Amino acid sequence: MSDVQQIGDARSTMLGHIRAALRDVPPTERPEDVPVARDYQQHSTAEREAIIEQFIEFTVDYKAIVHRVSEAELAHEIALICQARAMSLLIVPDDLPEAWLAGIKERAEIDTRADSRTNPLSNENLEASDGVLTGCALAIAQTGTIILDSGAYQGRRVITLIPDYHLCVVFTDQIVGIVPEAIRALHPTIVQERRPLTFISGPSATSDIELNRVEGVHGPRTLEVIVVERGAEVAA
Amino acid sequence: MSTVYIPMLSFTDAAKTALADTQLRRNLGKATQTIRTKRAEVVHEMEDWQGLREAGRAIKERTLRHLDHYLLELEQAVQQAGGHVHWARDAAEACQIVTRLVQQHETSEVVKVKSMTTEEIGLNEALAEAQITAFETDLAELIIQLANEKSSHILVPAIHKNRSEIREIFLDNLAPEHVEGLTDVPADLARAARSHLRQKFLSAKVAISGANFAVAETGTVCVVESEGNGRMCLTLPPVLISVMGIEKLIPTWQDFEVFMQLLPRSSTGERMNPYTTFWTGVAAGDGPQEFHLVLLDNGRINTLADEIGRQALNCIRCSACLNICPVYERTGGHAYNSVYPGPIGAILTPQLVGTEHAASLPFASSLCGACYEVCPVKINIPEVLVHLRAKVVRQHQKERRVHTYEYQEGVVMKALSYIFSNRRRYEAAQRLALIGQWPFVHDGKIDALPAKLSGWTTVRDLRPVPKQSFRDWWRKRQAQGGSTAEGVRS
Repeated sequence: MSDVQQIGDARSTMLGHIRAALRDVPPTERPEDVPVARDYQQHSTAEREAIIEQFIEFTVDYKAIVHRVSEAELAHEIALICQARAMSLLIVPDDLPEAWLAGIKERAEIDTRADSRTNPLSNENLEASDGVLTGCALAIAQTGTIILDSGAYQGRRVITLIPDYHLCVVFTDQIVGIVPEAIRALHPTIVQERRPLTFISGPSATSDIELNRVEGVHGPRTLEVIVVERGAEVAA
Repeated sequence: MSTVYIPMLSFTDAAKTALADTQLRRNLGKATQTIRTKRAEVVHEMEDWQGLREAGRAIKERTLRHLDHYLLELEQAVQQAGGHVHWARDAAEACQIVTRLVQQHETSEVVKVKSMTTEEIGLNEALAEAQITAFETDLAELIIQLANEKSSHILVPAIHKNRSEIREIFLDNLAPEHVEGLTDVPADLARAARSHLRQKFLSAKVAISGANFAVAETGTVCVVESEGNGRMCLTLPPVLISVMGIEKLIPTWQDFEVFMQLLPRSSTGERMNPYTTFWTGVAAGDGPQEFHLVLLDNGRINTLADEIGRQALNCIRCSACLNICPVYERTGGHAYNSVYPGPIGAILTPQLVGTEHAASLPFASSLCGACYEVCPVKINIPEVLVHLRAKVVRQHQKERRVHTYEYQEGVVMKALSYIFSNRRRYEAAQRLALIGQWPFVHDGKIDALPAKLSGWTTVRDLRPVPKQSFRDWWRKRQAQGGSTAEGVRS
């Protein structure tokens, strides 16, 4: 029997068995006839500032380091953080705004290398770096979550995975209150562009050894977040 | 090849071994209590929790009642996004498909994300037969694999191992450069695992995962995890194979707004787990460029055919029912001799493999109902347990294996019903029991009843009948002129 035949057999057998198993379901019933009451919160009722504060509180709760600055201070803050960590090589997605790196460019000791889908760095290069700087797609206050959708300022998934340190810029207007708001906002990305998504809530962690939480197993062992108040002028 | 999870020992026998292991009981007690408390705290934060649970249940009901429709929709969406879809009727067929795919890429090593479904089908053993080594990358799974043991908890499979045991396992099995100066501090042990697995992630050509959810509407597959080993496997190797039970489907992308709230809080007691990856087919220039999704039946469709038992397929593998269960807390996962332990295992495994192969599991419960209360998708586990018990008893009656414990239970219940239905008979029985029980009372409890009744006390201790019955006390009280209200208060 060829593979194609075998797969065809398994598929039709399984579908046939499923229909037989569901003989109690009337043939006229459509999926949407089975009621799903969405009797839960769809929109956050909290004030803007409370949402931002909750995001910071819960992100810190999950052992990430969080800073809050104005947009004018962003480049300086990035440079200070990199300097404090004595970084010499920082990975960035190639579409990252030049303005974010202005502070770093003034410091000769920190190099940056750009990565893109068409011009990817090798895994060895990523491994040899001191960390990565990205933006994000969205963030959720209720859960302290950062969402990457491989869109603007985020790059390939692997650049936020192999380096041991991730510095992520979150603009306050990217923070939604609750999970349903984030899922709704991601619908176009998923349906139209089919881009992969990563939800990040604190650095990687394990509780596998006697239930002791250990931060940092395989992903970046340190996650640092800069929450940025969007200024009057939008960055280039 | 055989599936790995058919219970060889009955729960009653296996539980005795587990209960005698005091280290296991201590670890389990600590683990279940800790997770239980964390879960309660983060569930308490959610005012709309009951609404979310009901939505979760309803979405799963909708999916299951129209499973054929949604599977076809999923297949089409995955193919449109550049993925390949395979259908597997049983464990052997799924293992064949995966083995063949790995062989096509001419590699003898694969990396794996923790997956109960691949454990269920015995994939690692099947790959080993084809000279392919599967490296488990979840820390606990790695420990279990190196120790050559089986998992004892859905979520924290190595909970029965303490830090010094883990250090020994690493020292014996990992290359010297990864374990130099290794202490038993958890962070140090995690560092050894990171170093050991990093090279595997970077060099593997094929990764194998399970799936927590797949969306019919978009073909998006999702893996929920903590350590980052999932992201490594789902991003680094050029080929990804995901094995998924057909019940893991959800109809629409929007449904994630329910499950991404229910699962992390119920499972690890976190508002959100550290990492979740969602992927839709393949993405040019980012992650694997070849993706295969294997849709597995292996007893699920038989489960679907049972209108009461079907709800077991709602399960999203959070393990809240394990952590709350007074039986699981004491016996641990190994006693169930089943990939799926605890209350959910007691209703899922007998249905997947047939009640004749796991007849003791539906009895591994006190029917207290705590599992139903914490279940994020409202599986009425006690209802299914009672339903399956009845099935086991009917099966045994048909096979005339009527000398078993459930038959004795039936005889006793009939006798009790005769006695309890009449006041004189009941009070006479009480007096008789008070006199007749003395040879069996030891240290204030009855731990071994004779003959036909011994079945009951093999797994339970009884309180002896007290010298004064409630009825006697009440009569005396009334005779002394005590009022009803006072009686209640005192």
